[in-house]
Amino acid sequence: MSFWTRTARIAVGMVFLMLLMAILVEITPLGENLWMRVFFGISALNFTLRAAIPLVLGALSGILCERSGIINIGIEGMMLAGAFAGFVAKSSTNDWPLYLSLFFSVMVSLGVGGLMGLLHGTLSIRFRMDQIISGSVIIILAAGLSSYLYDRDAIAVGKFTTLPIPLLSEIPVIGPVLFNNPPITYLALMLVFVVHIAIFYTRWGLRTIAVGEHPRAADTEGINVNRLRYLNTMFSGMLAGLAGGYLVLEAVGQFQEGMTAGRGFISLAAMIFGNWTPFGALGAATLFGYTQALQNEFLMAGVTTIPRQFVSMLPYVVTIVAVSGLVGRVRPPAAIGKPYETEGGKS
Amino acid sequence: MLRVLLIPFLALVTALALGALVMLLFGDDPILAYQGLTQGAFGSGRAWSTTIRKMIPFILTGLSVAVAFKAGLFNIGASGQFVMGSVFSVSIGIHFEGLPMIIHLPLAILFGMFGGMIWGAIPGLLKVTTGAHEVIVTIMLNYVAALFGGWTVYAGGTQGQTPGPLWDRTARAISETPDVLSSAQIPWIFGPPYRVHCGVFLALLAVGIIWWLIYKTTIGFEIRTVGQNAKAARYAGIRVERTVVLTMALAGGLAGLAGAIETLGLNHKFAPEFGGQVGFDGIIVALLGQTHPIGVVFASFLFGALDAGAAKMQFESGVAADIIQVIQALVLAFVAAPLIIKAIFRLRSKGEEDHASSLNTNWGGS
Amino acid sequence: MNTPVLEVQQISKFFPAVVANKDVNLKLQSGEILALLGENGAGKSTLMNIIYGLYQPSSGEILVRGKEVRIRSPHDAIGLGIGMVHQHFQLVPVMTVVENVMLGSESVRQGLLDRDMASQRVLDLSRDYQLEVDPCALVEDLPVGIQQRVEIIKALYRKAEILILDEPTAVLTPQEIEGLFEVMDLLRKQGKSIIFITHKLKEVLRIADRIAVLRQGELVGEVQPKEASETRLAAMMVGREVMLQVDKTDAKPGALILETHDLQAKNDLEETCLNQVNLNVHAGEIVGVAGVQGNGQTELVEVLTGLRPLEKGRIHIGGKDLTNATPRQITDQGGICHVPEDRHSFGMVTSYSVADNLVLNSYYQPPFVNGVMIQRESIEENAKSLIQKFDVRTPSAQTPVGSLSGGNQQKMIIAREISRPIQLMIAAQPTRGIDVGSIEFIHQQIVAKRDEGIAVLLVSSELDEIMALSDRIVVMYRGSIFGEVSSKDATRKKLGLLMAGVQPNSESIHESSH
Repeated sequence: MSFWTRTARIAVGMVFLMLLMAILVEITPLGENLWMRVFFGISALNFTLRAAIPLVLGALSGILCERSGIINIGIEGMMLAGAFAGFVAKSSTNDWPLYLSLFFSVMVSLGVGGLMGLLHGTLSIRFRMDQIISGSVIIILAAGLSSYLYDRDAIAVGKFTTLPIPLLSEIPVIGPVLFNNPPITYLALMLVFVVHIAIFYTRWGLRTIAVGEHPRAADTEGINVNRLRYLNTMFSGMLAGLAGGYLVLEAVGQFQEGMTAGRGFISLAAMIFGNWTPFGALGAATLFGYTQALQNEFLMAGVTTIPRQFVSMLPYVVTIVAVSGLVGRVRPPAAIGKPYETEGGKS
Repeated sequence: MLRVLLIPFLALVTALALGALVMLLFGDDPILAYQGLTQGAFGSGRAWSTTIRKMIPFILTGLSVAVAFKAGLFNIGASGQFVMGSVFSVSIGIHFEGLPMIIHLPLAILFGMFGGMIWGAIPGLLKVTTGAHEVIVTIMLNYVAALFGGWTVYAGGTQGQTPGPLWDRTARAISETPDVLSSAQIPWIFGPPYRVHCGVFLALLAVGIIWWLIYKTTIGFEIRTVGQNAKAARYAGIRVERTVVLTMALAGGLAGLAGAIETLGLNHKFAPEFGGQVGFDGIIVALLGQTHPIGVVFASFLFGALDAGAAKMQFESGVAADIIQVIQALVLAFVAAPLIIKAIFRLRSKGEEDHASSLNTNWGGS
Repeated sequence: MNTPVLEVQQISKFFPAVVANKDVNLKLQSGEILALLGENGAGKSTLMNIIYGLYQPSSGEILVRGKEVRIRSPHDAIGLGIGMVHQHFQLVPVMTVVENVMLGSESVRQGLLDRDMASQRVLDLSRDYQLEVDPCALVEDLPVGIQQRVEIIKALYRKAEILILDEPTAVLTPQEIEGLFEVMDLLRKQGKSIIFITHKLKEVLRIADRIAVLRQGELVGEVQPKEASETRLAAMMVGREVMLQVDKTDAKPGALILETHDLQAKNDLEETCLNQVNLNVHAGEIVGVAGVQGNGQTELVEVLTGLRPLEKGRIHIGGKDLTNATPRQITDQGGICHVPEDRHSFGMVTSYSVADNLVLNSYYQPPFVNGVMIQRESIEENAKSLIQKFDVRTPSAQTPVGSLSGGNQQKMIIAREISRPIQLMIAAQPTRGIDVGSIEFIHQQIVAKRDEGIAVLLVSSELDEIMALSDRIVVMYRGSIFGEVSSKDATRKKLGLLMAGVQPNSESIHESSH
């Protein structure tokens, strides 16, 4: 299981390419061309990163859950739940010192996300619900509860602001884009590395892979398959909750009903496109974030040749293309989707 | 027979009870709420007509999802297919002035169905040619359809973006189509204020046709066999790929029909806001109705009632209508995992029905 | 008297519908190979799963080295020095050998997996026990025989002193089986104790120190190999005199029914799995296709029945060219029937009734259909008559076929297939996992069809079945027909060599004393 999987290579390659182009646009006369600025300007890069973060977190959430064998299409719901919970926490602690209030709210997002993850796990494992339907339940429940409980008069005061990293943020072009970001953004990028190491280099990771590929083999070596799956769905929920927390506490600052707007589903696509690996997911999330950035850049640059609705369709169409395997085969964990029963073997 | 009805019934009752619990938890009065709900659904002639009227799209989207389930496919794309049905039907409905109703109306309806069929066939084709799982593709297509619908009636932006092809030029800043011509409107059974249109008949007709198709014909046998065991179906000579595409197209056509009927019978125009949540609702209706056409009718009646009563409930008791969505999520959970109900009510299980379905094979590609 | 290294006393295991083990008493001495013999469903694997902690006994005790123990999970079993090599390998295909061996007993350094140390241990073990493996190889790339070595190393890695081998020879060629026996010998010399589960009589006589026979969950008796014979063991396994041969007259081959030229096809992994296959079957003869599973037999059947596309070559059935025809075309125009090797996966729909399954591949033909509408009454009548004729034991024609026993399911499938007008029958593993009574019945039906003039192609990995039924035997190896033997000249030795890719004439064959 080498680091340099095909998708990881694509991811890193793409990122390098974009940064390179951005530098060129910034420094050389290339930047005078409108299209160059639209496609490779710093504004596009910034937007890409901001759009990619919830997708990265969502994809990591999906990876943790699905690698252990449980399909998770409920990321959208867990994200929304985390967003709403973070909002409620923040708007209830407006009178606290800002960073304490924000930190507390992030914890609440994580916690509620984790609860939703556990719910998904319980429905899928304990009650053997079809995992896609279980994910659907999470989505509807989160939407219903968050709308039902939403107090339209509540306001959250303050959100996370950028923390420039000394020295590194001075580097032309790359600096402001990569090293002048708010905390959850840094956290998300670090989590890519952390999850990668965890899956491929730790005991937990090896067992997770086994449980997702061939649970009976893991069981016969004394590994508690379902306990590991519960653990992973909980972590999965926490990451999705963090993504929701990012939306409210770092990106927007307030809650809006349905603010996740399909990001949970695009995260799924990023996970699949990235072949269930963290760096692959990073690459896919960056790509999808880039399409959203382009949409914005076109709008701001007054590009009217393509109707904006069609530009908005880009992430979804790219996703369909990705899932159709037109860009290479994707291989999900072999035992995914099937509930595991212990004393069920015959003979 | 009774056993089949027991789970859905208990699921509903338990969901309502849990909903009441949630309301109590957050300081609302469930009794008042449920009173308002029943009043809004059954309390008057107006209420009944609202219930019936709201039933129609549920019947058709529920059938759409149920038919797909029969073939082992998961159609989450009902809302996108619904939108395409609306757009296609309205495009006929607002043009061709002077066409007699006997041609205009069926043409518009059929074209709407056709739009839905295409939107259903695409994920079907992708599934059989590339192995792409229909859940992801249909979800993505939902968003594409919504955007497409938005484009067709776009009023034009402040930066000189061109308006959409179906936009009503007299509507100024509002993004919507002109009214559907009277020759393409579905006639009323009871006109305003009741507003029950003949779409009811179409929906019930669809139920009958689907029932006959699934249980009495060879096509239905093939669909069901593919759903139960695709390998055995292939061994038996059934062309599995063709069946999958056909079923998805049929499912799309049903949801598209729902959109067409709503547009031509009720709204008499198309605007992007119409038809948001139908997708997941269809899933719940299909499962609550045990994926059987008759069951779908009953489940739709229920959902129509819930929908009809929601506004009155909010008005009478101040409880946000969104609690209905929570209750629906609970119903879905209980119906999809009979084990929960059995655990709560200590029913003995038969064993076989409790296993997860085979809907999630080929997740992520072949 | 030495304390047995392992002993089970009065072990019983009840499942809701079946008694898997009843009052079993068994002792395993240190440094011995005990063979546990029994048919499919006799309770051998259940007993071993109890010892390995995968099941809990309903009653009874287990003693390890004289001390009573509770084995609640594989973890406990491993701790007691018990290791198990399963019939269906418990290996994760996408992980390497080392990762598979480590799984559950991972060595960790500074919080991270220590693959190097584990690799070293694997290499040491593979050297000490002559089980050559490459630690960094991906399991899915390894041939079956090597995968089995990984399974054994897994047990040894965890310091197993007691090894349970569950049907280890099912997927090996006769030569690989010899290799395995050499390893077992080595293990025995090093003081390990082995329980060897099998239903193959010859192996038991070859390698065991002692033989225990289970039948229907109970211990029927223990024998010394010296005192045993195949016939006696078979009788103990089955409970009555069993005909190891099928009564049949000589074949009278007629017209050429199945004719294939240079068949070539790819399998699901895009590898060539059929290579220049030429196979002919005449009316009134049974051609048996022998070979270890995985040498192309499955794909050959798929290609002949239209379930897999042919890359090159031609197929003629009854004179018609049916190359790359659809399954339905082949069934209708070729007049063939197919008894599939995996009835659960695709031979039937378990949730459908017996009646519906009986028309699974004829529902679209009159009298079962009128236009597009299904004719229920005709289907019911058909079911009644077939159930009676073929002795399918079922509460009713409406019963879901999934609740029938394996034997009755297979009888149902046979009923469906051979009651159609056919000229060619393709039967793949027709008696896999079935009770002896049903096996006899099915064999008789196959021979009866042959005598009616039907051409029969029999594909089976059970050499005994092939040798008992076939008039002509071909052996498949690595996707080609490697050799052909008439049934009169066929011996297990000859077939075994062919199955392993060795031409018998090029080997100096030692006459063994067994």
